[in-house]
Amino acid sequence: MSTIVLLTLTGLGLAALYFLVASGLSLVFGLADVLNFAHGLFLSVGAYGTWWAAQHLPGAGATGFGFVLAVAFGVVAGAVVAALVELVMIRPLYSRTIEQVLVTVGLSLAGVALLQATWGADPRPFPRPAWTQRVTDVLGAKVPNSGLLLIVAAAAVLAAILLFLRYTRYGLVIRAGVENREMVTALGIDVRKAFTLVFAIGGAAAALAGALGGVYFGSVSPGQGGSLLIFAFIVVVIGGMGSVVGSAYAAVAVGLLQQFVNYYGTSGAGDVCVVALLAIVLLLRPQGIAGKAATA
Amino acid sequence: MTAVLTVRDLSVRIAGLHILQGVSFDVAPTGVTVLLGRNGVGKTTTLRAILGLTPRGGEVRGEIRMAEQRLTERPTHRLVRDGLGYVPEDRCVFAGLTVAENLRLAERRGVKPAYDRVYELFPELLRRGRQRAGSLSGGQQQMLAIGRVLLSDNRLLLIDEPTKGLAPKVVTEVAEVLERVAVTVPVLLVEQNLAVVRRLASDAVVLAAGRVAWSGDAARLLGEPELTRSLLGVGSHTREVSA
Ligand SMILES: Nc1ncnc2c1ncn2[C@@H]1O[C@H](COP(=O)(O)OP(=O)(O)OP(=O)(O)O)[C@@H](O)[C@H]1O
Ligand SMILES: [Mg+2]
Repeated sequence: MSTIVLLTLTGLGLAALYFLVASGLSLVFGLADVLNFAHGLFLSVGAYGTWWAAQHLPGAGATGFGFVLAVAFGVVAGAVVAALVELVMIRPLYSRTIEQVLVTVGLSLAGVALLQATWGADPRPFPRPAWTQRVTDVLGAKVPNSGLLLIVAAAAVLAAILLFLRYTRYGLVIRAGVENREMVTALGIDVRKAFTLVFAIGGAAAALAGALGGVYFGSVSPGQGGSLLIFAFIVVVIGGMGSVVGSAYAAVAVGLLQQFVNYYGTSGAGDVCVVALLAIVLLLRPQGIAGKAATA
Repeated sequence: MTAVLTVRDLSVRIAGLHILQGVSFDVAPTGVTVLLGRNGVGKTTTLRAILGLTPRGGEVRGEIRMAEQRLTERPTHRLVRDGLGYVPEDRCVFAGLTVAENLRLAERRGVKPAYDRVYELFPELLRRGRQRAGSLSGGQQQMLAIGRVLLSDNRLLLIDEPTKGLAPKVVTEVAEVLERVAVTVPVLLVEQNLAVVRRLASDAVVLAAGRVAWSGDAARLLGEPELTRSLLGVGSHTREVSA
């Protein structure tokens, strides 16, 4: 029993990480038709931003409020970098898919290289409040607090994005734009502002994944973003492009599947099962679990 | 009277097809100017070129002016904000949004939305505010598509086949609404139903083979069955439903 609880909660922790990366990826693709391979870079910016701030930013640190401040710095950095990437590199290339892919792939490679050149290729120990390194007893299972933190954060981000989409003017523009972008402009709305905003939101969520992932893994390294991005892409495809809720379901499915198969089967079999799940979903429902819709 | 919109030598190529090959016409400053022509001749292409909605890779040449301003240099959303309202073919309401959200989306920045006017013309939209637009009937979707441009004052409306696929009774309702709307704002209308054209249009422009084949008084065109038949192929292509 306690094994199942532990596997479920660690699976959900992983799912939380995937969701934080995938939600932005999905919105960006749904609204702007951009396959953003540089999304992993935003995660790295969040992780390194938090790591840097904990040491150098006045008031920030590895404990208490200082840690919150460090994470906030990382998240803001991720959002700013994402918005800049959209404004400077993606905006001139809308509707030119091949060029976009080249630019975003190039950017992610350059980002990794830049991080390596600055802080080295080796994992750096990540600032962590002591409580995140302890465990909590849940129904007899000893669950790491850092995993629980990820789950709570992802749930909060999911709720915040849904409220934003449902109750704000920009949320309305984004939902409409995912359905029919051209018609949004034909109503007198500059849909590109919404593109920048969606990039910034996605960048912030990915940066949060970077910061809390750093806490979870205990270290930060330049390649972390890229490896998570692959699973995030799978989550986006399974969940349906443009659907935040679909991403959440898909992230949970992928996270749990990986954990349980890796535990009860051989290690590594979980990844194979995830790819199999992707193939099955693509065969049965090519539009993903939720289809193309920004709300459900 | 000076035209509200002038199109000069408009040429549009899409995907290697030379769809419009030098189209010139004026839209009268009052009333309805109807744009006619057989299926696939380029009526929708003309309206979309005016709005700057030609698909990427398409090539637009020529001059489109509204009150001395060249439209071809400005992005679509600015043209719309400056008072160019568009009701597209097939309505294009946002199926996943509610009726009220569709209307809210159409509110223009800095303009007080005229909900009174819209709900007076279409009380149905008020009653169905919380219904998803995708679950509305075709006629109700058309009312929503028209209603959302009427939230703001426009200098010109571009309306593409508003009666397409609607039941005769609904066609009459739509025609009635457009008749009222056209009293206050000029309309460039694409319409295949000649009864509707007869009721609404004061001027007519007929496209054929990528050019303007005829333009002038709408009543004169419709008063000459031979001319109408040769230009539009009435009987084979065009429905005449009572309006
Ligand atoms: N994106 C596109 N790619 C290729 N061809 C196109 C495109 N858009 C329009 N066309 C072609 O241009 C021609 C004119 O199309 P358009 O939709 O303007 O005709 P229409 O007069 O509005 O016809 P209908 O009465 O059927 O609505 C058609 O032959 C159409 O196939
Ligand atoms: Mg058409």
